[in-house]
Amino acid sequence: MKNEFQVIAELIEKDKKVLDVGCGDGILMEFLKNNKNTNIRGLEISKSKVQECIAKGLTVIEGNAEKDLKQFPDKSFEYVVLSQTLQAFLNPELVINELLRVGKKAIVTIPNFGYWRVRLHLLIKGTMPITKTLPDEWYNTPNIHMCSIKDFFYFAKSRNIKIFKSLAINNQNVSIINDSNLTIKNFFADLGIFLIEK
Amino acid sequence: MNTENNVKTLIVKKPLKLDCGKTINEFPIAYETYGSLNEKKDNAILVFHALTGDQFVTGQNPITKKDGWWSYAVGPDKAIDTKKYFVICANVMGGCMGSFGPSHEDPNTGTAFGTNFPVITINDMVNAQYNLLDHFGIDKLFSIAGGSMGGMQVLQFISNFPDKAKTVIPIACTSSHSAQNIAFNELGRQAITADSNWKDGDYSSKNTIPNKGLAVARMAAHITYLSKKGLQEKFGRKLQEREDLKFGFDADFQIESYLRYQGSVFVDRFDANSYLYITRAMDYFDLAKQFKGNLSDAFRATKAKFFIISFTSDWLYPTQENKDIVIALNSIGANVGFVEIESDKGHDSFLLNVPDFLSALKNFLDKSYTEN
Repeated sequence: MKNEFQVIAELIEKDKKVLDVGCGDGILMEFLKNNKNTNIRGLEISKSKVQECIAKGLTVIEGNAEKDLKQFPDKSFEYVVLSQTLQAFLNPELVINELLRVGKKAIVTIPNFGYWRVRLHLLIKGTMPITKTLPDEWYNTPNIHMCSIKDFFYFAKSRNIKIFKSLAINNQNVSIINDSNLTIKNFFADLGIFLIEK
Repeated sequence: MNTENNVKTLIVKKPLKLDCGKTINEFPIAYETYGSLNEKKDNAILVFHALTGDQFVTGQNPITKKDGWWSYAVGPDKAIDTKKYFVICANVMGGCMGSFGPSHEDPNTGTAFGTNFPVITINDMVNAQYNLLDHFGIDKLFSIAGGSMGGMQVLQFISNFPDKAKTVIPIACTSSHSAQNIAFNELGRQAITADSNWKDGDYSSKNTIPNKGLAVARMAAHITYLSKKGLQEKFGRKLQEREDLKFGFDADFQIESYLRYQGSVFVDRFDANSYLYITRAMDYFDLAKQFKGNLSDAFRATKAKFFIISFTSDWLYPTQENKDIVIALNSIGANVGFVEIESDKGHDSFLLNVPDFLSALKNFLDKSYTEN
């Protein structure tokens, strides 16, 4: 399991009800179910990924986060997880609002556009950045709303979203982000993980 | 229709009050089983058939000599694995394969009930079939499953008996019949009753059969089970055993010949009055209405795990109507999974060899069973 999922799993206490939005093939769901006794549900847009989840015995609904989160009642999950998908939505702000309505807390991870390799790529090559976490070309990328760790931090502040914990991942290293090291983390981390509440 | 010999029948002694207000006593429920019930009696799956189905789910149907209607899905090592599970299926009330229906003899007249048979509902059907659980000594079913009208029975069953099934699989169905659904059923009923051989439903004592009306009803309905793309790919404008158009009204096109054939074989196995009664039951189905318009309330009492399946090309019970059930379940935090299967085979997809559907069904059941 990738490091990001380990970090997410550590943020979630045992025996909770969790919704994984954009759950993919269900790796994180399976881990939470087996190791944290999580009552876990998934929402996934890809039919083939939904099939993979069913084959793992996971409860998944085929659907689109922008349209289908509204069917869940307010605060019906303790945690709602959104892993590296925020940037692919037409309206990320709406999705964040929905996550925070449906979940008591939300865990959001974002590929960091402020990462030094991303900056360097654009600076030196002058073309849209391609990295391990952002492998697509500009013309076929699903990522239409990229942001940096700093952007997300400021966004949360401006919307009165409480950030309980924010973590930076750089390769295998996980570190805490705070107001004083934000600029440095925004430069060195390729992934940001935020535990938020409203 | 000789259904006497190969039909297992349970005579239900307990009186059943029907939605129309009448009470019936000592009525027969014809059923069939596949696989064997284990010692703990926790491997039973109650399968509900659709409008023109019957209790003969798989293997050779002993009456029609054709494959059972869900042979792709049910059998040894299949999606509903009869090596593992004990599958029960009953002929619905109102049907013509041995269960209490309009072709049964009315003790008051000595002839078939015909239109004197009480109008029945999906609710009546599942209440009647519930008696099979007592018959087999099953406290809780492992699963209930069915497509189309079978799916409606699944929804009604879990609503009526919330703790009697662990898993619930409504397929390609709806929680309430739409105007379009009712319209198509009415077309079929009108075709039957317009046949002069129908004789106000009393055709059996007059030794006639409204074959033509029933065949037209089947032809019209059959079109609704297929998709435009599926029809186009299979038939297109291909001609039937001829080089060119004949400038007449014989079946020039293969699609015409196919529909005529579907109509003609149907009348050999199905009763016209049963068709009237069962389509009426479908039209009356509105689960939300039973709960003052709140569909979620139909499922509030159950802890069962739901798995809802729809098909992309099904325009008779489209994905959105299946999703409405998902939404009702999610709004009360029920355990529900949902997938829309890609298929161009239309509503009939659930009966056909659609591998993505069959593997989803199998995986859901087998995984849920190991968690048992």
